[in-house]
Amino acid sequence: MDRGPAPRPVAAPSAAAGPAPAAGSARPYPPGEYPIVIVGSGPGALQASYFLGRLGIEHAVISGDDGPGGMFRRWPFFQRLLSWTKPYAPADRASREFERWDWNSLLALEPELRGIATEFMDGTSDFPSRPEMQSNLEAFAARAGVAVRYGCRWDSTRREEAADGDRFVIVTSDGEYRCRFPIFAVGVADPYAPATPGIELAVHYADTRDAASYAGKRLFIIGKQNSGFELATGLLQWASRISLSSPSPAKTSIETRSLVGVRARYVQPFEDSILGGGVDILSASTKGIRRLESGRFEVNLERSDNAMPLSVEADEVIAATGFVCPLRDLPALGVATFGQSKLPAQTDYWESASVPGISFAGTITQGAAGLKKHGIPANSGALHGYRYNARVLVRELARRHFGIEPERPALDIGDLRDHLLAEATRAPELWHQKAYLASVVSLDPDEGPRDEGILPLTHFLDAGGPDAVAMTIESDGASIYPVVYVRRGGKQEEHALEPDPLHDFEGLPYRRDLGTILDRLTAGAPAA
Amino acid sequence: MATRDEIADAIAGMAIFVDLARPQLIGVASRFEEAFFPQDSRVLRQGLTGSGFYVILDGEADVVADGQKLATLARGDFFGEVSVLLGEPPTADIVATRPLRCIVLGGPAVEAFLVDHPRVMFRMLQAQARRLRNANRRLTANQ
Repeated sequence: MDRGPAPRPVAAPSAAAGPAPAAGSARPYPPGEYPIVIVGSGPGALQASYFLGRLGIEHAVISGDDGPGGMFRRWPFFQRLLSWTKPYAPADRASREFERWDWNSLLALEPELRGIATEFMDGTSDFPSRPEMQSNLEAFAARAGVAVRYGCRWDSTRREEAADGDRFVIVTSDGEYRCRFPIFAVGVADPYAPATPGIELAVHYADTRDAASYAGKRLFIIGKQNSGFELATGLLQWASRISLSSPSPAKTSIETRSLVGVRARYVQPFEDSILGGGVDILSASTKGIRRLESGRFEVNLERSDNAMPLSVEADEVIAATGFVCPLRDLPALGVATFGQSKLPAQTDYWESASVPGISFAGTITQGAAGLKKHGIPANSGALHGYRYNARVLVRELARRHFGIEPERPALDIGDLRDHLLAEATRAPELWHQKAYLASVVSLDPDEGPRDEGILPLTHFLDAGGPDAVAMTIESDGASIYPVVYVRRGGKQEEHALEPDPLHDFEGLPYRRDLGTILDRLTAGAPAA
Repeated sequence: MATRDEIADAIAGMAIFVDLARPQLIGVASRFEEAFFPQDSRVLRQGLTGSGFYVILDGEADVVADGQKLATLARGDFFGEVSVLLGEPPTADIVATRPLRCIVLGGPAVEAFLVDHPRVMFRMLQAQARRLRNANRRLTANQ
């Protein structure tokens, strides 16, 4: 079964719905009223628009950029992604299973639109280059007919009361857009720098210059996240010495066994540091930066281990201190934010937790953290996670506001066990969004087993409903294993299955163990 | 709320962190993450594994076990540590009764954090001793 919404013919726009989208024209979606307005043209916006379009839900897409791709039109700075695509993975490129091995293609119902990222890779790396990624996204938008009004800058937002329901007014450089359900997919894209004295003397990661311009210079990089280590890795051959500093010790993704931490591609500075090769990795707070008479900079630090002062001289200081959400005036409308990235607080379905009606897509959806079991986050900050969030979001908006009920195929009770084990072994949604998205089967006695598709795990756990079972893939930082959640008589149970060294959960021990769990749930009707 | 400095300010007066100097508070702020929970949402779920250690920055939450409210938590209170220390699922739900802001440390990181911050461990132990004493008093009063 394909887990996306079924395609429907695109409805002709009605007069009440506002101007025709004019997809395909040079500047589609003129200002006016639309049921939904998507702000942004990065992968999250494209994915949401794609699924809305396939359900025939009218909407506009506006962006201040010149073309599709969002941050991938510019970053990563050293032009190589952190997300892999394996063109020769053990699954057909047009299959759902292939998505597990392809972190960079957007989702599509049509086989010819799947796995597009593979077309643009030159064979030198399973991590596409930035231009390859941009081409991938441009091709998806063109082939899927995802139209965007580019060069249309979102300036401000307000609410407007109306007899048939409030509207959000999105004021842009092209005029005003009105809608009941805006979706903001604007990334985490505004450079952030802490209020450290002298921080204005540092250059933000976003403004890093050509690598050769750092030749022979001693660099101080504030921040030990991936962006800091990306710069350190790329500048190893140019800089005379590199210091990286933040209050906490840096951990690699291998140590955390998740995408938390510095990715394996950037471990070379660690080795240089350990071997005394001209890289210093410091655990210290930056107390201030000042310019010396020599024109160099002095970075004053306070060590995290003993609170002793430490000073480092550098020719250049780079602040790899992250980015924040460019939410403009949404907080003034009541959108609650949290964390250093100013992420909007969100519900299970990526709606603002404080302003109903406003939804989010793309990397911002990491603001709906889910269970974060064992401290491990979902991958909603990356394309291979948020592309599924966008599909589930559209499905929920369609159901809740547009009267479009999702498909819920009937399932033979005798196939339930094997269905769930196949999902655990192969469903890309479960593998990419561990302990976050679940494959759900409801067991309402009146309806019989129904495949409810992919749902947020927290929704399954908290929303109640008929007896049901949800399958997830989870990690505790040591191993990866399936977890079965059972809802029976309003109560919940959690059953972790054993890990398998080859991640194949369809063998006899799994059939036996899951069969035992399901037989209790299905009250005598064998689930296999 | 957002930056390390702001979080360090927010936790500076809390009983569990009262012994920490400013650099250590900044260190705490950089090791924990901020989390937000809408009103009526569950933060911890009774019986489900993989929880973390939470300290409330703002808001309120109820402790609910088997449908029965046991306590109300507010700014400066913490929860989840028993589950993490014992390696067992929480024995109660924690339900936000108002929008709730916390800082949270994932379960696997808690031991190292406490070992690195023995004064925080001492204050946590003190709080647990008070809870045990109060539970004993209630038990004695009910006999």
